[in-house]
Amino acid sequence: MGLFSFLKNKFGGKKEKDESVDKYSKGLEKSRANFASRLDELSKRYALVNEEYFEELEQILIESDVGVSLSLKLIEDLLDKSREEKISDPKAINEQLIDQMFVSYATGGEAIENEIHFQPEGPTVLLVVGVNGVGKTTSIAKLAYRYIKQGKKVLLVAGDTFRAGAVEQLGVWAERLKCPIIKGSPEADPASVAYDGAKYAKEHGVDLMIVDTAGRLQTKKNLMLELGKINRVLGKEIPGAPHESFLIIDATTGQNGVIQAKSFKEVTDLSGIVITKMDGTSKGGIILSIREELGVPVRFIGLGEKMEDLEEFDLDKYLYGLLLGNKTL
Amino acid sequence: MAFESLTDRFSAIFKKIRGQSRLTEKNMDDMLKEIRVALLESDVNFKVVKAFTNEVKEKAIGQDVYAKVNPSQMIVKICHDEITELLGAENTGIEYSKTHPTTIMLVGLQGSGKTTSAGKLAYLQKNKLNKKVLLVPLDVYRPAAIDQLRTLAKSIDVDFYEVDPKENPVDIAKKAQKKAYDDHYDVVIFDTAGRLQIDEKLMDELKDIIKATHPDETLLLVDAMAGQDAVNVANAFNNDLRLSGLIMSKLDGDARGGAALSIKYLTGIPIKFAGVGEKVSDLDIFYPERMADRILGMGDIVTLVEKAKESIDEKQAEKDARKMMDGNFTLMDMLNQMKQVQKIGNLGAIARLIPGMPKLTDEQKERAEKEMKLFEAIVNSMTPWERAHPEALRFSQKNRIAKGSGKTNADINRVIKRYEQSKLMMKQMKQYQKTGKMPPGLGGGGMPF
Repeated sequence: MGLFSFLKNKFGGKKEKDESVDKYSKGLEKSRANFASRLDELSKRYALVNEEYFEELEQILIESDVGVSLSLKLIEDLLDKSREEKISDPKAINEQLIDQMFVSYATGGEAIENEIHFQPEGPTVLLVVGVNGVGKTTSIAKLAYRYIKQGKKVLLVAGDTFRAGAVEQLGVWAERLKCPIIKGSPEADPASVAYDGAKYAKEHGVDLMIVDTAGRLQTKKNLMLELGKINRVLGKEIPGAPHESFLIIDATTGQNGVIQAKSFKEVTDLSGIVITKMDGTSKGGIILSIREELGVPVRFIGLGEKMEDLEEFDLDKYLYGLLLGNKTL
Repeated sequence: MAFESLTDRFSAIFKKIRGQSRLTEKNMDDMLKEIRVALLESDVNFKVVKAFTNEVKEKAIGQDVYAKVNPSQMIVKICHDEITELLGAENTGIEYSKTHPTTIMLVGLQGSGKTTSAGKLAYLQKNKLNKKVLLVPLDVYRPAAIDQLRTLAKSIDVDFYEVDPKENPVDIAKKAQKKAYDDHYDVVIFDTAGRLQIDEKLMDELKDIIKATHPDETLLLVDAMAGQDAVNVANAFNNDLRLSGLIMSKLDGDARGGAALSIKYLTGIPIKFAGVGEKVSDLDIFYPERMADRILGMGDIVTLVEKAKESIDEKQAEKDARKMMDGNFTLMDMLNQMKQVQKIGNLGAIARLIPGMPKLTDEQKERAEKEMKLFEAIVNSMTPWERAHPEALRFSQKNRIAKGSGKTNADINRVIKRYEQSKLMMKQMKQYQKTGKMPPGLGGGGMPF
């Protein structure tokens, strides 16, 4: 049977309440109100599916920022399937759609392992990039918190020497997390700060070094080149560094998200995406498009403002939160 | 593939309906479908796209198609004009109060660019409008938000209202306003805390600030990258706070910024400013025309339509072109040709119209336009004889031209050299046309003149 029942069986049962399922369920509450309940409402309005029904489905997808081309593709496949298998029940069609979204994500690129892959020896370096205002610094703090809790020695490197107050902001977090931080002087070359960070990391047995970078619009060529330089400096100091590069994407981002991912992928080998602000009303449909076009997986998802509200991205839980939530089934 | 330009999308439809002289429901449907996709890819809200394309259809049916364009270009032109009109706001700019300091409150989601825009807005008020400005941080929650604004204020030499982060934002706002009144400030700018719009507690705080201070302007920051949800966000803010305007931020990226159209369409709130770069001077008043180009993802078709409408004397143009191609042109001819190009639109769009011409980057475009201005200034300062014989200019003549045009002798030499090179290049091109090869040096960007 379809994904719906699979999800219900996996998470819906009362036994062994999984804390993170609750978080997904709660964090995606507003998205769910917009997405799942609309699907639900739609299926109630139609006894049988017809052309209009598919049009309305398409609208729901597009309004969730899934993107035009992917939405059209999903709907077309759905139409084919409904004809082939003679499905005309709206509820069954909706389930089929969700199935397809799931499949399109799960087969859209490399296999997904969320946790940061630690190097067997020496520091592991994580470079964090993104456009302005997506929540880079906050996400870094949350990631640091996560790995400190796992007993890792974490170092923060304040590579955003451009935005006024950015270094201070990361500094506040470092203080709260009680972890070391490497700062450069204001307007210092970020690559030099990265160098200092790498040196410190090697000398002090750091497990995870997280490098913050200035927010940059992907169209700023010089800033993108600067990222390349940071990369080279890190690689020279620590073999293979940066071992991971995360792109932070705001869930409210529209179709530009795909272009962002594409541009950043050109300058650094993106190994994952962290999607932030998912606790708003946005549906974050852009992650489907990015996966479809570039194959980069979402690794973590920000479901709230608290430190512990950064969760490993789990497609099952995500869909469960987006579609069902912890309501009575 | 996503994000093709509208031009590319149209080329297939072009062929089908070429030669039809009127817009009919039938020949429009395909085109409207493409426009719909283009708008959706620009993040224009789904409902707005639907309503908008219907309106365009009604407007367009039965319209004559100009002889020089085809129906699809006509449709784009209609869309473009419609969007421009929709975006255009009567009440742009800030309404200043005569009796008390004008209070501007900036609100918006986290990361939409409030603090940065507060700095830019202060800069604009101070440097371009000569206002005495006070920047007030009301974001006591985000770590270092106050530092950020303080640093910004210092860098643009604008007064900053010092606060204690433990204080209540409503009290800070009231006190700051009083100080502004006592010290005769013209403008007070409130930088409020970012929030998810559904966060009731913070929304209540904003309401309280408004109740306590009655800002003259409440401006919502809208990120150019915002997706379909932007409309809901704007609605939520507008319902609670009654916005007086919008600021589009991050328009210097490559996002098409369809959210602007959606919000304006649905709420009627005018777009007052646009953030167009990272520097503190990069806040501009909003240009609806440019935004329309951007949302449609193109500028070239529109320029083509304009071009067709302008009744250029075709024979004259042809004669000029032939003269150019022969390499037998004077400085004046070259200037006229450049002006013609300028009239049609920006150089980049023209370059895109020429098959095989590589796309110009913004930098190249800027350079080319600068070059053109230099050229014009210098040629205009020459006597007719000098224009006809640039190779024979004496030092004293060059000095006079330099004075007249406000340029240097080196500039003059450069213009003349450019002219000689263009002539040579045109001649070469003609040669190569015969043999079927491109001359070296062409194809690396840049126009032959």
